[in-house]
Amino acid sequence: MIHVRGLTRFYGPIYALRGVDLDVEAGESVTILGPNGAGKTTLLRILATLLNPSSGEAQIDGKDLSTSSYDIRARLGFASHRSLIYDNLTVEENLIFYGKLYRVPGLAARTEDLLRTVGLLSRRRSRAGTLSRGMLQRLSLARAIVHKPDLMLLDEPYAGLDQESAEMLEVLLDAVRGEARTVVMTTHNLERGLGRSDRMVILTKGRVVFEAPSSSLTLQQLRESYWEHCRQDSGAEEVPS
Amino acid sequence: MNTIRSALTIVWKDMITEWRTKEMFSSMFVFILLVIVIFKFSFDLRISNAALLVPGILWAALTFAGTLQLGRAASLEVEDAHVDGLLLAPVPRSAIYVGKALGNLVFMSITELIMLPIFSALFNLNLFQPLILLAIFLGTVGFASVGTLLSTMAAYSRAREVMLPVLLFPIVLPIVIAAVKLTAGVIDGGTWQELAVWVRFLIAFDIIFLAISLMTFRFVVEG
Repeated sequence: MIHVRGLTRFYGPIYALRGVDLDVEAGESVTILGPNGAGKTTLLRILATLLNPSSGEAQIDGKDLSTSSYDIRARLGFASHRSLIYDNLTVEENLIFYGKLYRVPGLAARTEDLLRTVGLLSRRRSRAGTLSRGMLQRLSLARAIVHKPDLMLLDEPYAGLDQESAEMLEVLLDAVRGEARTVVMTTHNLERGLGRSDRMVILTKGRVVFEAPSSSLTLQQLRESYWEHCRQDSGAEEVPS
Repeated sequence: MNTIRSALTIVWKDMITEWRTKEMFSSMFVFILLVIVIFKFSFDLRISNAALLVPGILWAALTFAGTLQLGRAASLEVEDAHVDGLLLAPVPRSAIYVGKALGNLVFMSITELIMLPIFSALFNLNLFQPLILLAIFLGTVGFASVGTLLSTMAAYSRAREVMLPVLLFPIVLPIVIAAVKLTAGVIDGGTWQELAVWVRFLIAFDIIFLAISLMTFRFVVEG
């Protein structure tokens, strides 16, 4: 489903990605690990068509991101630690707003169904600005799947959540995966990543340095691999002048 | 059709937000009121016919208040990455631009409609004349169309409050000059033959600004 070759992106003199190759099959769930500045968010933002790569190719179902971004956007859902929710709209209005942009058929029923799924039906008329961080993240997930996307891109969805909220979000993400969607998630939480994905990828200094099926790894092995690859300074490097 | 529907959805969202917060209306209204009152009383003390200065005062107030509103509207989207939510949707970038520009136009027009009676009363001048209303409308269209583009550009920069006026005022100057000339011409009792040149000038600049903004907006919002 996702085919990435030689993907490079730099911000001024700083490399965020340098020649990333990655393939993700349809229905597969992949977790990308890596320290801060490794390029995880940049990779996801390029896949989400929010950012253009400096070079390299990226395709989703054979369609190039740079030339077919309009079609691709209709099929992907993106959630990050930033909710993209408008504080002054109600919970329901937020979903209706995004649903209208995605031209979701039967939007009223879909909105109610989603709010029930994420446990926010009783807060449907509350302004989103009054929600707790955990509730906001659940609403953000509902926003991301309002149009039933095939591909989910999750950028550190657990960031800033307390234990209870993280567990609730985990149940919701399991439901998303259960609908045979392709999921690419970035996280710093090795245990959560390993337990809920088919494949683990480690990214450091903008490069894929480790890739293995989750079934072949124990948590301890993953930890050791992670530290082995991320022990040295793993932040972004400067583009040689 | 998709572009128009998506643009109207964005306008709907902005209207609800503004209705609940009244952030932009209140700041624009208070600002314009202050400008009118300050000019009125300072000119009354030194100039016998302050009405001569009305076109300049009117457009100074509209330009500065409009800048406040454009800056706020753009930063509301860019703060907390809300703009990402719009960019992720399968809608043309031009629809996002049209939605934001239309929202700005509506907000500015409503504020102008509230402000005009106050202006007329304080300066003892009838501003509800078709050609003055046309000048205000055409001037606001041009201002909102190029202003939406430049305020979005400025919102991405660190010094957004400084950047917007620096970018906007030199570019919008032809529109402001034409609108002042047209407003002054109407107040002075100019004929249509004398004033038509400014109407055509405003229409031409509106079209140019709108076309350039539509074509370049995607380069501003795409990384």
